Amino acid sequence: MNPAALKADLHRLEQNGLLIVNSDAFEARDLEKAGYDHNPLHDGSLDTYRLVEIPMTSLTQKATEPLGVKARDAERSKNFFALGLVSWLYSRPVEPTISWIESRFKDLIKESNLAAFKAGFNFGETSELFDHPYEVKPAELTPGEYTNISGNVALAWGLVAAGQLAKLPVFLGSYPITPASDILHELSKHKNFGVRTLQAEDEIAAAGMALGAAFAGHLGVTTTSGPGVALKSEATSLAVSLELPFLLVDIQRGGPSTGLPTKTEAADLNIAMYGRHGEAPLPIVAAYSPANCFDAAIEAARIALKYRTPVILLSDGYLANGSEPWCLPDPATLPDISVPFTTEKNHVNPDGTEEFWPYLRDPETLARPWAIPGTPGLMHRVGGIEKEDGRGDISYTPDNHSKMVHLRAEKVARIANDIPPATITGDADADVVLLGWGSTWAAIDAAVQRTRRAGTKVAWIHLTHLNPLPANLGELLRSFRHVLVPELNMGQLCRIVRAEYLVDAKPVTKVQGLPFTSAELEAAIQETLS
Amino acid sequence: MSDVIVPITQKKDWMSDQEVRWCPGCGDYGILQAVQFLMPELGVAPENTVFISGIGCSSRFPYYMNTYGMHSIHGRAPAIATGVAVARPDLDVWVVTGDGDALSIGGNHLIHALRRNVNLTILLFNNRIYGLTKGQYSPTSEEGKVTKSTPMGSIDHPFNPLAVALGAEASFVARTHDLDRKHMMSVFKAAHDHKGASFVEIYQNCNVFNDAAFDEVTGKHHRAERMIDLVHGQPIRFGAEGQHGVVMGTDGQLRIVDVAEVGEDALLVHDAHRADPGLAFALARLSHDDHSPTPFGIFRSIDRPDYGGQVAAQVMQAGEKKGPGNLASLLRSNGTWTVG
Repeated sequence: MNPAALKADLHRLEQNGLLIVNSDAFEARDLEKAGYDHNPLHDGSLDTYRLVEIPMTSLTQKATEPLGVKARDAERSKNFFALGLVSWLYSRPVEPTISWIESRFKDLIKESNLAAFKAGFNFGETSELFDHPYEVKPAELTPGEYTNISGNVALAWGLVAAGQLAKLPVFLGSYPITPASDILHELSKHKNFGVRTLQAEDEIAAAGMALGAAFAGHLGVTTTSGPGVALKSEATSLAVSLELPFLLVDIQRGGPSTGLPTKTEAADLNIAMYGRHGEAPLPIVAAYSPANCFDAAIEAARIALKYRTPVILLSDGYLANGSEPWCLPDPATLPDISVPFTTEKNHVNPDGTEEFWPYLRDPETLARPWAIPGTPGLMHRVGGIEKEDGRGDISYTPDNHSKMVHLRAEKVARIANDIPPATITGDADADVVLLGWGSTWAAIDAAVQRTRRAGTKVAWIHLTHLNPLPANLGELLRSFRHVLVPELNMGQLCRIVRAEYLVDAKPVTKVQGLPFTSAELEAAIQETLS
Repeated sequence: MSDVIVPITQKKDWMSDQEVRWCPGCGDYGILQAVQFLMPELGVAPENTVFISGIGCSSRFPYYMNTYGMHSIHGRAPAIATGVAVARPDLDVWVVTGDGDALSIGGNHLIHALRRNVNLTILLFNNRIYGLTKGQYSPTSEEGKVTKSTPMGSIDHPFNPLAVALGAEASFVARTHDLDRKHMMSVFKAAHDHKGASFVEIYQNCNVFNDAAFDEVTGKHHRAERMIDLVHGQPIRFGAEGQHGVVMGTDGQLRIVDVAEVGEDALLVHDAHRADPGLAFALARLSHDDHSPTPFGIFRSIDRPDYGGQVAAQVMQAGEKKGPGNLASLLRSNGTWTVG
């Protein structure tokens, strides 16, 4: 810790927690810059913590001096001294860090960083500043082959996989925007899977290109963050009307407007649900962990293809840039999400002649045929103007418009029968249930485990499908006395479930650009029950 | 050597069963006829042809063609068509748009489709007015134009569509007009056959909201004196007897002259294949109003790699270099470890 970090983050440390400071960084000028008028190391204000003062800067300088590193340059290696120290403190193996440093840096900088890292580790071992090292037991992981995966890479790979599983080329139209750009970068590396990526002139064009590609028979995808979702609204509405598969991926960030572009928030549920003109419902899928972005992308594509509908896939900055160990799936176990193109005429007139009717629906899914250019005999026109059900010709007839609005809504509603039912984690007989979605998963998971270990019953339902909601959700929610909905917004899902099920759900909100901590959620549970 | 194409279709094969609903007398009818007459001559099949439009009167066009088609979003047709053309380089993709659709709400997509050189044939129906919304001025309306939204006259400086396209370095740029089917067909054919983005401005009369907007140039009594037919490799001259011509002055300005005064050798020879778009730009700006001599025909036609072809080439190159995509390998590409 330096004075600035101390000031910003001390509130996170529990009483009697270990506080390691770089004592070289507490000169008068450093204190003044951080806004201290006196030295907090000497005024007793840190007495309730286990304060350890280490002159990290000068120790790093001494460690690197024999290499010929200048004192000022040595400062840049001091983070590795701290990392070495912490590695000792938590009994971590040093080899992975050493090989990482060796692969990442070159020449003198590499040597300097290695020297600082080893000096930090050895300092922990030889000094008697700490009473004992800690050992964190390895997490209990399911046996299997693992990789470390971030949400955006998992999502990009999920799109590649979706293309393979659908036997369709993936077409990504995208415009750079934080924190979604990495998906464009990642997908552009995988052209050998037949993936086409196009960096468009703007968000609108990116969506339009993806929709054009979908019309032409590709898996059309566009990726963006909040402001881009607003710009893509009109194209998404057209996709609703055209009834074509179309995937809109929103990596949510703090809003409105530019907001907090590098910080996380999950406040785009409303725009995903309602951000179109006219009656334009569409399915919404939300990823809950970095690795889950892979499955969520496949699931979103599955729904889009099967039901010929735009789907919005929600992730957020926390998932996008966060990473976790991922037990690799066997590609052979992934679902087949392919759908056939229509190649034959589908309607016989009373006089025996055959026609192609582009809006003649599958009676079960209500999906319309997907006949792509190049298919002889099935030439047809689609457009944003209301179409006659079946024939697909322009129709301004009042009853037909009503019918089409209802059919499009019914098509989306029926997807509830094609998604997993909501399940309860924890105590089904608890008084309180947490209803979560998206990246709050990890914090809720920890809060539920700790609450239950402390002897309080609590239940948890985590949603991966936000529209339509699982068919059994209302019944489940009504079986609890209290429904708490933790969200990184002002209570958007909470209002939806209140409206949908008339349950007295209560929001637990946070809009600081930060994820929930499990402690915050534990407190919310206890407060509800007290 | 002959490049005569034996028609595999007839005009009727290209006509949809939809009733054409433009206002009686609209210039759009003539353009639709020209396209439907032309299609059999192109030797292409309706199922491999896609018409994409935006919003506006002209954008109803796809409904009348028995091809694949999409009537899309105001201004976005070039972007949507880019998606179609890049996904499927095997298709013939046409964009039908208007002056408001292409140059106002969709200006961005138009210039980017042109600079990328996406293999599209873009037909811009320029009637210098908003017809569908019943008579507001458009980005090509002349300054001072009195319309419903400009009762004191428009103060907007108009776009010159060809200058915009040339500014974006479009590889094919041409102008024609709705009264001359033969000319339209020849220009459309050249635009279609051009690999890359082809941009054709069509002077189109809106007889309801902006009647006779081009009459002073394309009207029967003015044609001979005011329409300049650009022919590649030929001196640029016009007039009933070919008595007028175009020269480039020492100051770099194009000027209209009497051939008798300067001699035929002084005339500018039209070169549509010049790499530099500067001369085509100057020709596009030869006329500054709606009653001076105005060039028609192909201003520019140069070879430049088309976008969809390059995208396909990269996909193929990646496949050759890395082998076909293997999902199991991809998932392991960042290193793995095993938990036993």
